Amino acid sequence: MKSSNTFLRYVSRGLVYLLAILMALWVLLPIYLIGVAAFSEQLAVYKYPRPFFPSPFSTETMVFFLKSTGVAASVRSSVVVALITLSLSTLIGAPAGYAIARFVFRGRETFRLLVVSTRAFPIVILSIPLAVSFIEWGMYDSVYSLALMHTALALPFTILITSSVFASVPRDLEEAAMTLGCSQLQAFVRVSLPLALPGLAAATLFTFVLSWNEVFAAVILTVRNRTLPALVLTVLDVSPLPYRFAGGFFMLAPSLIFMLFIRKYLFNLWGKVTK
Amino acid sequence: MSTRRLQALTPYALLLPSVIFLLVFFAYPMVEAFTLAFRAEGGGWTLDNFQTMIRDVAFAPAFRTTLLLILIIIPVQFALALTMALLIQAKLKFSGLFLYIYAIPLGISELAAGIVWFAIFTERGYLNTVLTALGILDKPFIFLSYQNTGWLLFAVVLAEAWRATSIVMVILVAGLQSIPNEFLEAADVFGATLWDKVWRVILPLLRPSLQVALILRTILAFQVFAVALAVAGRGITLLAAEAYRWYNTYRDPNVAAAFAALIMVLSIVSTILYLWGLRTPEEQTL
Amino acid sequence: MAEIRLDNIRKTFGKIVATRDVSLTVHDTEFMVLLGPSGCGKTTLLRGIAGLEQIDSGRVFIGDKDVTDLPSRKRRIAMVFQSYAVFPHLTVYENIAFGLRMQRLPDSEVKKRVHSSAELLQITDLLDRFPAKVSGGQRQRVAVARAIAVQAEVLLMDEPLSNLDALLRLEMRAELKRLLKDVKSTVVYVTHDQVEALSLGDRIAVMKDGEILQCDTPLQVYDNPASEFIGGFIGNPPMNFLEVQLSDNAVMAGGASFTPPPAVRAALGNGARVALGIRAENIVAESVRTDGALSGAVLVVEPLGSHNLLTVQVGGERVKVNAHADSRFEPGQRIWLKFAPEKIRWMNRDTGRAIS
Repeated sequence: MKSSNTFLRYVSRGLVYLLAILMALWVLLPIYLIGVAAFSEQLAVYKYPRPFFPSPFSTETMVFFLKSTGVAASVRSSVVVALITLSLSTLIGAPAGYAIARFVFRGRETFRLLVVSTRAFPIVILSIPLAVSFIEWGMYDSVYSLALMHTALALPFTILITSSVFASVPRDLEEAAMTLGCSQLQAFVRVSLPLALPGLAAATLFTFVLSWNEVFAAVILTVRNRTLPALVLTVLDVSPLPYRFAGGFFMLAPSLIFMLFIRKYLFNLWGKVTK
Repeated sequence: MSTRRLQALTPYALLLPSVIFLLVFFAYPMVEAFTLAFRAEGGGWTLDNFQTMIRDVAFAPAFRTTLLLILIIIPVQFALALTMALLIQAKLKFSGLFLYIYAIPLGISELAAGIVWFAIFTERGYLNTVLTALGILDKPFIFLSYQNTGWLLFAVVLAEAWRATSIVMVILVAGLQSIPNEFLEAADVFGATLWDKVWRVILPLLRPSLQVALILRTILAFQVFAVALAVAGRGITLLAAEAYRWYNTYRDPNVAAAFAALIMVLSIVSTILYLWGLRTPEEQTL
Repeated sequence: MAEIRLDNIRKTFGKIVATRDVSLTVHDTEFMVLLGPSGCGKTTLLRGIAGLEQIDSGRVFIGDKDVTDLPSRKRRIAMVFQSYAVFPHLTVYENIAFGLRMQRLPDSEVKKRVHSSAELLQITDLLDRFPAKVSGGQRQRVAVARAIAVQAEVLLMDEPLSNLDALLRLEMRAELKRLLKDVKSTVVYVTHDQVEALSLGDRIAVMKDGEILQCDTPLQVYDNPASEFIGGFIGNPPMNFLEVQLSDNAVMAGGASFTPPPAVRAALGNGARVALGIRAENIVAESVRTDGALSGAVLVVEPLGSHNLLTVQVGGERVKVNAHADSRFEPGQRIWLKFAPEKIRWMNRDTGRAIS
């Protein structure tokens, strides 16, 4: 009786692992397949039946994509936009996040609610009116203007995430520093900042990915200075398969690395934000 | 006295940049979207842009497909995400690795996801290769054809479910972590099966997280367009894609703004519906 | 010299008044305990002294200096937090050195002081570790060492022992007492634990609802509580209170008569309700009737090792009595209680205050 129970427990545990692995495959398999397509020779992409391994392994398709017209420039634009977005949203948003986490003041809840409620709006759609305004202001088709739009997109996230990161540093620690001779600013620099740094880094990485991936605003707000997703999207229906596959893989690759770093902070980033 | 005054002002000083930024790049364009949508070509107010929008041949299918997509994708996503979240919480070995894998799509763009699934569904793609190898098909089937709206929709659903489940999973795991283990142990003591626990303890307690995830997912789903473009080309169209087309191809920002305004209203209405439909009764909070 | 003088300190949080115009003077090198139930305002008062809470009105003086508008760092105080607030990103050494470095002391001096504080708290072998790698009790020692190292004239402690388990708390209590005798700082110590207060304080300020009800030596507070609340809050078991009636010329409680001081007679004569207070250890329980004893019935017998705690029904009221450890009382038994007359305290039921 007892042994059959143990046996059943092993079986059910095994089934749980099987399910976990199936779910992992559901995520990984498509990535693997696009990887195969991106790292085969160009001709292999047209081969049928489609090989499931890169045979032979080749960077030819990838090189072809990266050397295509406009790709190098658009990658540069993408990185520039993402870096500006990351810096701006952190510079503007982190102080607000800190204020919400640390100070009790009139209007705090109102502000927090306003920021939370921006998520009930399709922010990306705002790029249409912004495009019109940017044209009027002579700021259209510029990576800087797009970075401003992306910052608007990222800012509510940054504020909520940094406030949850700062809130996870106990207030006592800052107060202890102040009783030991620190000013408010010194206490922040010497205590809160070092403790919040890993979380803040994860938040900024997330902002980078957000901007790197964004396509609607990018395609509306730029014409000649396309970011990578905007470029790929606009040439999608006239581009050969190898170009699309290599482009697809190139665009998703950063996520594989970023998630490795952000992983530990995912729930910091999202857990308290849901409140 | 002055240090006190200064201290009281500090939080406002910290908020100021954010407030200014959000006013200029959020509040202003939001108002502007509606202004544009109701603005006539020569100036003055009009409903023409909305009439143009509704009369457009693509409007009805775009509207229908957008709603249909949301209705299909969201239940699929939530079932997948809840499964993943429960697996993460099941204290498996390598759960860190599983979490990483399940979270990867969080950083993948719509466009890239669309291309990935295009590679699978295309005529000489992986799906046809498998199906012919298994003898189910004798020659490749053209899934992504304009005539096969059903298959186009199916491929887009898969791509979206694949890409956007992660965010729901993360929110649900965060929610699960806030459910004290004692509740589940108490359920165990009273003889609840896993199924009972999910339906009678976990889901009701997860209501706030579900609400947030639903709102977020629905709003994002209203903005989807690149997946559809990458997978189905012009085969199916969505509201956001029409907004893009009216702006980029027809060079008519006013009608594009009408689409934007419509999407915004739909988003807000759905948020209100979720808030109202999934509210946690006051007496059930501890 | 660091006398602390609080002058009408008032602090409100929204509609809640945390401290209601509290005034208190703590003498130089005195150990003052702020004692009270949670929410009585004791921590707010402490944080007001520390400069962590901006008070609404009133003045705070440390030494002879008005520090009301000075930030924490300029008040020459040190503080031990309830959560310890040990910096997780710094080693134990750097934690203790934190305040010294802020004073820009030369490295040699920092080293000397860190080591002497660490020695005092017996954590010298932990100096290189990070806080995550030491136990809760050791973390607490780090917090105390860090506060002592700065040699502040005022040392503030916010329930420093409340997060320790019972055994460790007992040990640390005695050690704190030994330590703080040598340090010669003025100490303000917040606790809700009356035993801690009695054991540590030179004086105890008992607080409730944002007010100080009594401020006196531990013995006085225990022996002569200024109100029914204090008699009940301090001591375990709480002080017994029996309502008395005026009958002819005597005052009756539980069937026995007592001779009250004139003030009590006067109060009763004015129609006030009066209670007689007495502590459990000042009552002698006998199984035979004696003169002037109250009769009652034993309800519960709790053997506590050092003595037996009896709950006795006397008329409509219950009385806690300490009986000898080898006494043999049984529930239901009829017994007689004799009150030590010099230990009887009189309270005005209507105001809750002692009648003196």
